[in-house]
Amino acid sequence: MAILLLAEHDNNAIKPATLNAVTAAAKIGGDVHLLVAGQNAKAAAEAGSKIPGIAKVLLCDDAAYANGLAENVAALLVKLAPAYSHVLAATTAISKSAMPRAAALLDVAQISDIIGVESPDTFVRLTYAGNAVTTVQSSDKIKVITVRSTGFDAAPATGGSAAVETVAGAGDTGLTTFLRQEVHRSERPELASARIVISGGRGMQSGDNFKLLERVADKLGAAVGASRAAVDAGFVPNDYQVGQTGKIIAPDLYVAVGISGAIQHLAGMKDSKVIVAINKDEEAPIFQVADYGLVADLFQAVPELEKELAK
Amino acid sequence: MKVLVAVKRVIDANVKVRVKADGTGVETANVKMAMNPFCEIAVEEAIRLKEAGKATEIVAVSCGAQSSQETIRTALAMGADRGIHVLTDVVLQPLAVAKLLKAVIAKEQPGLVILGKQAIDDDCNQTGQMLAGLLGWPQATFASKLQVEDGGFTVTREVDAGLEVIKLKAPALITTDLRLNEPRYASLPNIMKAKKKPIEALTPEALGVDVTPRVKTLKVVEPAKRKSGVRVKSVSELVDKLRNEAKVI
Repeated sequence: MAILLLAEHDNNAIKPATLNAVTAAAKIGGDVHLLVAGQNAKAAAEAGSKIPGIAKVLLCDDAAYANGLAENVAALLVKLAPAYSHVLAATTAISKSAMPRAAALLDVAQISDIIGVESPDTFVRLTYAGNAVTTVQSSDKIKVITVRSTGFDAAPATGGSAAVETVAGAGDTGLTTFLRQEVHRSERPELASARIVISGGRGMQSGDNFKLLERVADKLGAAVGASRAAVDAGFVPNDYQVGQTGKIIAPDLYVAVGISGAIQHLAGMKDSKVIVAINKDEEAPIFQVADYGLVADLFQAVPELEKELAK
Repeated sequence: MKVLVAVKRVIDANVKVRVKADGTGVETANVKMAMNPFCEIAVEEAIRLKEAGKATEIVAVSCGAQSSQETIRTALAMGADRGIHVLTDVVLQPLAVAKLLKAVIAKEQPGLVILGKQAIDDDCNQTGQMLAGLLGWPQATFASKLQVEDGGFTVTREVDAGLEVIKLKAPALITTDLRLNEPRYASLPNIMKAKKKPIEALTPEALGVDVTPRVKTLKVVEPAKRKSGVRVKSVSELVDKLRNEAKVI
């Protein structure tokens, strides 16, 4: 039994979510081979080789994988998968697109976004926006699995010394062409892996008002997130969205400001260690999951919070 | 161009889902059902393409029990032209649905297939990608903008770091994200008209598709409840608690 783990990386470094997937792979058991598919991705492969849980790194360096196009990544997974009992990846935009495509081409099911491993064929995942915890058993010869990073601790990133083996690609399908990316650069930590997150909702009233949260975020070394309502209203870009179908996170501290707490938002943050809610509506459902609730006007409370943190 | 849209019947997004006491699933008896919200966005996008003169016909497909017909009727009331219902009482998993849709597409030959990115019941986020793979078609998941061009499509996708724009050859498959459009409500006259629109009935057997589940559900339980928290009276009390009690800052 061996596990193929698709790495999420930026050609230079391995993304933190992959380290949580390494822990999931260790619970399944067997050698774990880390697949680094990219262009000029040698540095990422070397970083991967230092993860103690990895037995071998497979580096597939090819222009076809430069932008993580699902058709090409899936074709590569299909080519490599028959040598493995499991194919894993952290749940990310790339794996969400490529893994089910590969699974179908292998004629196997995918188990999405697992939060627990019971045995090599039995896994725990959430359904209905986290309102049901479901244990499922796969009868397929290859288990294709995506791993929710909040379900597993991160494995150590350094201390190992796995060999890096170069593997040939599976070609460019030519079906899609990457045109461009519109990325919002920020000096703040990534939302997906930040230790502290401060999020705003409809109550923020405008994109400009998110500056209030940004100032607090900078005091705390936090990332800034948002509810769907704030993204739909155009206050902040889509990559800020925390929720059932957005980013699912579990930071040490989550501060929800002006967020009412719809089921769909709670699904994205209710596993946070400590939750703070600031909302002027004392009936807001967010208070039901908050460890510390403050009923207050956010336009007074947030600047005050900034000052208090400076003390 | 013919556009095929797949739609799924799910528990309404506003219902608080309850796990059955025997651990076999969730309560569905007397629970309000609706079209999966992402499927509504898919239907809306197809209608907008038709209104813009870029689509000629919209076919709405649903796979599942007899009640799935209601969801097809909803799509027809929104503006789809006709429906196809693949009738089965087997609880369908994404791979089985993808195979059924592939068989329907072989008959229908659409130029574009639109699915929701995720069903809000099983939260799998798989069917569109699986179907595109089985068809050997290009795919654009999590679409927030779709442009029809000569011989293909340009799609803006919502990805982890922001947005990504890709070009797809036709025929192609896209899955919808929240910002693609805001779905319309069906008007009463259109609901009445939809009753006369045709729905073709098919079965997995007739399509030659094996829909046997690959994944078995062993048990379903409620998530652990968070223990209730406290109300703080001021920002300074909050900061004090975070520093000295929770020790997270």
